Amino acid sequence: MLSRIAESLFWIGRYVERADDTARLLDVHVQILLEDPWAEEDLACRSLLSVMDRPAPPPHVEVGRDHVLDMLAYDRFAPSSIAGSLVAARENARRAREIISTELWECLNTTWNQLPAHMRPARPHDYFTWVRERAAVVAGIMDSATSRDETWAFMVLGRSIERADMTARLLTTRALAGSAGPGWTTLLRSCGAHEAFLRTYRGTASDERAAGFLLLDRLFPRSIVFALNQAEECLAALEPVTDRATVDDARRHIGFVRTNLEYRPLTEVLDALPKEMEQVQRACTAASDAIRGRYFPSASATTWVGEAL
Amino acid sequence: MADLFDDYPTGPAWDEMIDPETGGSRAAYRHLHAALAQLSAGELRARADTLARSYLAQGVTFDFAGEERPFPLDVVPRVVAGAEWEHVAPGVAQRVRALEAFLGDVYGSQRAIADGVVPRSVVVSSEHFHRAARGIQPPNGVRVHVSGIDLVRDGQGDWRVLEDNVRVPSGVSYVLSNRRAMAQTFPELFAALRIRPVADYPRRLLAALTAAAPAGVDEPTVVVLTPGVYNSAYFEHALLARTMGVELVEGRDLFCASGRVWMRTTQGRRRVDVIYRRVDDEFLDPVVFRSDSLLGSPGLMTCARNGTVTLANAVGNGVADDKLVYTYVPDLIRYYLAEEPILPNVDTWRLEDPAALEEVLDRLDELVVKPVAGSGGKGLVVGPAASRAELAELRTRLVEDPRGWIAQPVVQLSTVPTLVEDGLRPRHTDLRPFAVNDGDSVWVLPGGLTRVALPEGQLVVNSSQGGGSKDTWVLGGALPRRAQGAAPGLPHPVPVATAVPIDANPSDVRVQVMQQQQGRVVEGGAPC
Repeated sequence: MLSRIAESLFWIGRYVERADDTARLLDVHVQILLEDPWAEEDLACRSLLSVMDRPAPPPHVEVGRDHVLDMLAYDRFAPSSIAGSLVAARENARRAREIISTELWECLNTTWNQLPAHMRPARPHDYFTWVRERAAVVAGIMDSATSRDETWAFMVLGRSIERADMTARLLTTRALAGSAGPGWTTLLRSCGAHEAFLRTYRGTASDERAAGFLLLDRLFPRSIVFALNQAEECLAALEPVTDRATVDDARRHIGFVRTNLEYRPLTEVLDALPKEMEQVQRACTAASDAIRGRYFPSASATTWVGEAL
Repeated sequence: MADLFDDYPTGPAWDEMIDPETGGSRAAYRHLHAALAQLSAGELRARADTLARSYLAQGVTFDFAGEERPFPLDVVPRVVAGAEWEHVAPGVAQRVRALEAFLGDVYGSQRAIADGVVPRSVVVSSEHFHRAARGIQPPNGVRVHVSGIDLVRDGQGDWRVLEDNVRVPSGVSYVLSNRRAMAQTFPELFAALRIRPVADYPRRLLAALTAAAPAGVDEPTVVVLTPGVYNSAYFEHALLARTMGVELVEGRDLFCASGRVWMRTTQGRRRVDVIYRRVDDEFLDPVVFRSDSLLGSPGLMTCARNGTVTLANAVGNGVADDKLVYTYVPDLIRYYLAEEPILPNVDTWRLEDPAALEEVLDRLDELVVKPVAGSGGKGLVVGPAASRAELAELRTRLVEDPRGWIAQPVVQLSTVPTLVEDGLRPRHTDLRPFAVNDGDSVWVLPGGLTRVALPEGQLVVNSSQGGGSKDTWVLGGALPRRAQGAAPGLPHPVPVATAVPIDANPSDVRVQVMQQQQGRVVEGGAPC
């Protein structure tokens, strides 16, 4: 497979997952800002922007939820906003048009076409619901119409890395907003994990178990450890280990941060949650860079354009 | 000012929102009234449509005459002031404690009968008094794990108990899903009012069921027993099982062997310790009750008697919500608890008393007559609304079977503004608060199910009679979320420097630069 195509596939996986997860994250926070009259909107919004790596306005400007939505939900040009991810996913699909199935292309293209009509509804919740549904359709088509070859491996690799990264960011928002932030139940619900969690622990829910579920659960697909495991499986499928003594960089980064979470007492992880989550995000970035270096070398010729900006 | 409350009629009943003397709203409703008055009729209808769509999508339905319909949720909530609730909730809890004591007594030593508080004939002639339940001692003494005490407000605005439901009271799922739909539709009202949350119910229920497990069981397995998907309340059974994280079983999933109850699973048989059953007594065990029942499991009663499984609610509870026993409940409260009843009954004639029967027969056209064993408004006759022929037929039935009926004066149930065809109009409501008894205390869910009769003047509010519901908001008292958290209250803003950048495909960057530049040109060209 051409490196350029592989890179597009990898990024389709990442962008669609990013749109999905950002929608979930914003849904929780916007709902809390609406419902909680005591919420410190300015502080909460600034934290959210910084978690999502967007510059906050100067301190004297009051940041409200409309500003956050403009930046993180409706900005078509920023790759960290929902609309931007969907636009970028469609661009990448266009470049890999000959490899991906027509169904998948049409789904992404339709999403792109419908985007203006769905932006800025009266209830932001409707927009988030729509985004989540489109992401689910993409995942369903990928699952049912993609051969389990490199095409699949690259898309799922992208999706898994993004999922680990975004779940880590979601958990960071919990720590940053203090007790005014979303409760663990809310976070579980935003990941679609609440009912799975209840079934697993039979209603005897404690905060610690809820945190553990999103961090460490080996069976729930949105937990960080599950996503990292899946990324490792994809890397293994792309290139089975032949060297007796070393592993490649991407696998090292992912495996290191995964074991770091998995083989430590949960309380230790929870005590320094923002720091641990930052490590997960950095590992995902590093792995992504390593994958680019290993599989998409042609991109290196153009990176200076990005750096120059 | 033209608003939704123009032409809002005043009736004989107590309106909970509008005070007819001043024409303004009562204190608890002030904020809601102001918020609604700001909306235009079109906006309110749009919100109502959102609610209805959300219910269709969630599958919140009720079986109405064999047809599955979305449960009608009215767009105007009912509000109960915090102080008022501090009167209602202890009243409900008191009643549950008295009924609990009564059931323990009836199926045990029958002290109340010996002391002459309740006649033996009333107890043993009750259709739901089951001799099979005699001598079954529930592990933590609780028979009424869940109860729904139906309350109404009369013409003076006083709360009264209309009936007790201690068998399998349904409707709590609508309380939970009403709240969820309303919170999505009126977020700004939730922001402004401190409404006590109801989401705690499944956790409380599971805790009460777990506490009721047979002694010596470490991690009890709780299941919800449903008659199946065709039951009118199946939605509720599934919701409760889902939110408690327990198995939802049908009769055929259970079997009794070696003195225990088991369920069939892919991992082989698994022991069941507590059954929250939503199947009526008569269908529970074909060995003891109806032998043609396929909804239960043979041997359940034997296991319950041996104390290897807990049935919640206990078998035979129906004797306590018999409407003739209802007339004795104030006495039972005084007898068992040595307390005065907090919530009064509605005045009721016992028709077994010949003088009462005579008076009732004379005034049949102005009274409400109810069958004692019925629930869901079945067989109930409202005198002023009945035809001559209906009354004549009722008369003969009363004379034939005075034990089977009670009579009450027509209570003008309180009204709450409700959205109907011609705008907001007063409609009659009742309230079913749900109480959970875990053996240590009786917890009353703040709020409960408000049912509303949608046709004008209709006084029967049961959902099986085509009624709707309202979300019930109990105000105040609850601490803001912030104060509940054990975590340190101060948020830590993240320094921008430590934010981890979000990657993008480098080959996209060039495209975005081009788009961005194009975008700027367009923006710059627009008049500012």
